Amino acid sequence: MSKQPSQQHAKVTSGQGKSTDEDVEFLEDDDDNQMDFDMAALNLGEKKLKIATAKPKKVSSIASTPVSSQPSSPKVTPLAKIPPSKRVDVEAEYAKRTSDKAKLNMVVIGHVDAGKSTLMGHFLYALGQVSEKTIRKYEREAQKIGKSSFAYAWVLDETGEERIRGITMDIATNSFETTSKQFTLLDAPGHRDFIPNMISGAAQADVAILVIDATTGEFEAGFDANGQTKEHALLVRSLGVQQMIVAVNKLDAMEWSKPRFDEITAKLGTFLIQAGFRKSKLHFVPVSGLTGENLVKKTEGCPLYDWYKGQTLVERVDQFEPPVRLLDKPFRMAVSDFFKGGIGSSSGVSVAGRIDAGHVQVGEQVVAIPGGEIGVIKTMQVNDDTATWGAAGDSCLMTLTGLDIMQLSSGTVLCTPAHPVPVTSTFIAQLVVFDIKVPITSGFPIILHHQSLNEPASIVKLIATIDKATGEIIKKNPRHLSKGSTATVRIKLDNRPIPLETFKDNKDLGRVMLRKGGETVAAGVVTQILTFGS
Amino acid sequence: MKLIKKSIEKDKSGYVTLYPEELEDMWHVYNLIQTEDQLKATTIRRIQSESATGSSSSQRVRLTLTIVVETVDFDPQAGLLRINGRVSSESQYVKMNSYHTIDLELNRNFTLFKNEWDTIALERVEDACDITKQADVAAIVCQEGLANVCLVTQHMTIVRQRIETPIPRKRKGSVTNYEKGLGRFYDQVYQALLRHVNFDVVKGIIIASPGFVKDQLYHYIFDQAVKTDNKMLMENRPKFLLVHCSSGHKHSLQEVMQDDSVKAKLADTKAAREVAALDKFYVMLNNDPDRAFYGFKHVAKANERGAIGTLMVTDALFRSADIATRRKYIELVEGVRASGGQVLVFSTLHVSGEQLNQLTGVAAILTFPLPDIEEEDEEEVAEENDDTQANSDEMDVADDLGL
Ligand SMILES: Nc1nc2c(ncn2[C@@H]2O[C@H](COP(=O)(O)OP(=O)(O)O)[C@@H](O)[C@H]2O)c(=O)[nH]1
Ligand SMILES: [Mg+2]
Repeated sequence: MSKQPSQQHAKVTSGQGKSTDEDVEFLEDDDDNQMDFDMAALNLGEKKLKIATAKPKKVSSIASTPVSSQPSSPKVTPLAKIPPSKRVDVEAEYAKRTSDKAKLNMVVIGHVDAGKSTLMGHFLYALGQVSEKTIRKYEREAQKIGKSSFAYAWVLDETGEERIRGITMDIATNSFETTSKQFTLLDAPGHRDFIPNMISGAAQADVAILVIDATTGEFEAGFDANGQTKEHALLVRSLGVQQMIVAVNKLDAMEWSKPRFDEITAKLGTFLIQAGFRKSKLHFVPVSGLTGENLVKKTEGCPLYDWYKGQTLVERVDQFEPPVRLLDKPFRMAVSDFFKGGIGSSSGVSVAGRIDAGHVQVGEQVVAIPGGEIGVIKTMQVNDDTATWGAAGDSCLMTLTGLDIMQLSSGTVLCTPAHPVPVTSTFIAQLVVFDIKVPITSGFPIILHHQSLNEPASIVKLIATIDKATGEIIKKNPRHLSKGSTATVRIKLDNRPIPLETFKDNKDLGRVMLRKGGETVAAGVVTQILTFGS
Repeated sequence: MKLIKKSIEKDKSGYVTLYPEELEDMWHVYNLIQTEDQLKATTIRRIQSESATGSSSSQRVRLTLTIVVETVDFDPQAGLLRINGRVSSESQYVKMNSYHTIDLELNRNFTLFKNEWDTIALERVEDACDITKQADVAAIVCQEGLANVCLVTQHMTIVRQRIETPIPRKRKGSVTNYEKGLGRFYDQVYQALLRHVNFDVVKGIIIASPGFVKDQLYHYIFDQAVKTDNKMLMENRPKFLLVHCSSGHKHSLQEVMQDDSVKAKLADTKAAREVAALDKFYVMLNNDPDRAFYGFKHVAKANERGAIGTLMVTDALFRSADIATRRKYIELVEGVRASGGQVLVFSTLHVSGEQLNQLTGVAAILTFPLPDIEEEDEEEVAEENDDTQANSDEMDVADDLGL
């Protein structure tokens, strides 16, 4: 890629400021102080630039606010051949759209067989996203291969392998609307082997539904050390998800037992709060994905309502708060999928992902990093609907022309040509060490997960362990890191450099997950990029 | 490798004549040769000659030369071993003391003279010439869209081909792109298998992956074998072994080597022993950190007190150009053995060796705890673990972060 402007470089290496609190407490962040934190890092005025999608009025003020010429928050118009008359005022359109219905990305997580796909399949059916006819067809076909209980899951489990085995293997994307919001739904695989795919989906999510199998022994199996319940919850939290609904599923098979619901709520609640979720942002909803009870409707006479007076799943989902979007930052979209051919079998290359920051519109140029090749956006879709523009938070599919597909790889980040994302092979991260079996030492080989990318890397140096509460150094050059500790380390990619940003510059592209031997060993935020260039 | 002749004096000086036969032998030789050794081998030299009329011509001559070694380079992929140094033998074509580079060749004798044949060097010769220890295995570690086709021998893991094919993901209402992409990927791996695996030599072919990639690949391979009537593959079918691992990256070989079915099939391989030992070290570091140390200073202290049960060192340390460093580590090895400890010299061409190498290259599991070691010289160790340059950078960074 092209070299970073020297100014940018200088900023990255020396402008770290003294915001140690946020550095340390990245697992306890919340939207507001995270945004402040981002603003502080940019030396921008806080008040006017706060873009809360929930408060569309403020957005309109942004459009008229002159933005300082700081390198990482440019007001650059990408070199585009769009006549001014046809140019979309994205910020104004965004405000309009948001005041109508805000868009959110929701990931569904939980242990394998908890009933995630069935629950969401049924949910989509109940909301009218899937036709009666389709469901009947799935029922017939699923029955033929002896998997009749998976008919609803087939809405999301679409590959032959997934249907035959009855296991979700990759993220399935779908969309639906509630009274006040539009959602992109990401159904994650629960099996531990497919956690890389789950991470790729969770990295795009704002909010989550954690599905729990409430039947005897199954909640326990998912919750113990070998289950995926805890790992999934920790992962989404580390990836920035703060609001979560816990769907206590399969209660139909437990005769809608209140004591069972209470037991699960208590055990899980304690764990989730320890994991950094706030009580006020956690909600438990009893449901059955199979019968559809309490998803969208309440069946009269169902014993559940003898004791449950709360909301249905869809009512609860509708109340998720839209997070703050980084609309004024340079455009970035981590590519999660790409393929030959454009939308509607046109020519070009199709690229899918969630816009992490900034906005784009049809006709604009984007640069693929690494590589530095430039393409022009010919057409695009947001949440499966044709669109002329997309903004931070949107799930996009776009057709690019002028870009060779060979220039793309999993891990590519599309950027505005004026401010491409840095590419690096060595960086410093602050880690929170998970519940690991053996301690981390220098030289520890890991698989680094960043958005949809997973690459081999090594922890080449343990710089210091840190007191989570005070942010102070406990020990420099520690011999090893044990579970639960917080530390700064230096990480080096084994094979090749990757696009990466500091957490301060971009909280999505500044997060990494470290896995080894099929287990997540740590979550981290990038505090400093040490080498530049591809 | 064949040992042709060995002649070593009481003062440990002497020579060994060897006949390298395969790629791995080049790795052994690479580990044997040190600066200031003398190497005698046949080689090719371009000779400039001037005729009576004054016109000059150049020709390539094969001749036997002895050089005093200055640098050694090894490319494990190509199996190319280059040794550079000054010529120390009289020859009609080459002046004494002029520089020459020998590319060591397979199936030709060479002779290595050393002023001191130490334990590590002698063991290396013995190891290299022990044919009972040969156990080559092909391993394909993969995940959707990524495969590493590796050859694993006693001392080396070589990635023969890394295949990375982007596979379009399933999309709502369409899985054809995904299924086509997957098919293409399996075909590439299949082709790589045919190209890189010598079925006559390998004891086993391991296919390892998370999920069902291994099963699907296995089916693809044998579907193709049937379709193309590939007898070689059909005959070798019993040699295939499917194993679970967590990713398609090379690191996963560590998990593969620890798998019970692999252990059963391949008996005792060096790679597996190394993985197990390193694992044990980490478990000890977790359970009883006073019985697990790394870094030369700590380990040497533990050795002084006769506490080392298992010493792990990488071969890289013995390749050091600095004689004093090499001697230091040899003394450590001999010390541990004298007090009844076990010594494992890890190959840096195996994944575990790479890891140990990054962990200072030396680690030890103690037979009894030594809680005071760590406190004694905390600062010293900090220094030792750093390459000085990087260290000063880091401190600046730490300051910046307010650490
Ligand atoms: N009794 C009962 N079974 C359910 C319910 N939800 C899912 N299942 C069954 O659980 C199995 C696994 O479901 P699936 O959706 O594939 O789980 P996933 O792995 O979490 O996506 C299937 O056999 C479903 O029919 C429920 O609410 N009640
Ligand atoms: Mg599923």
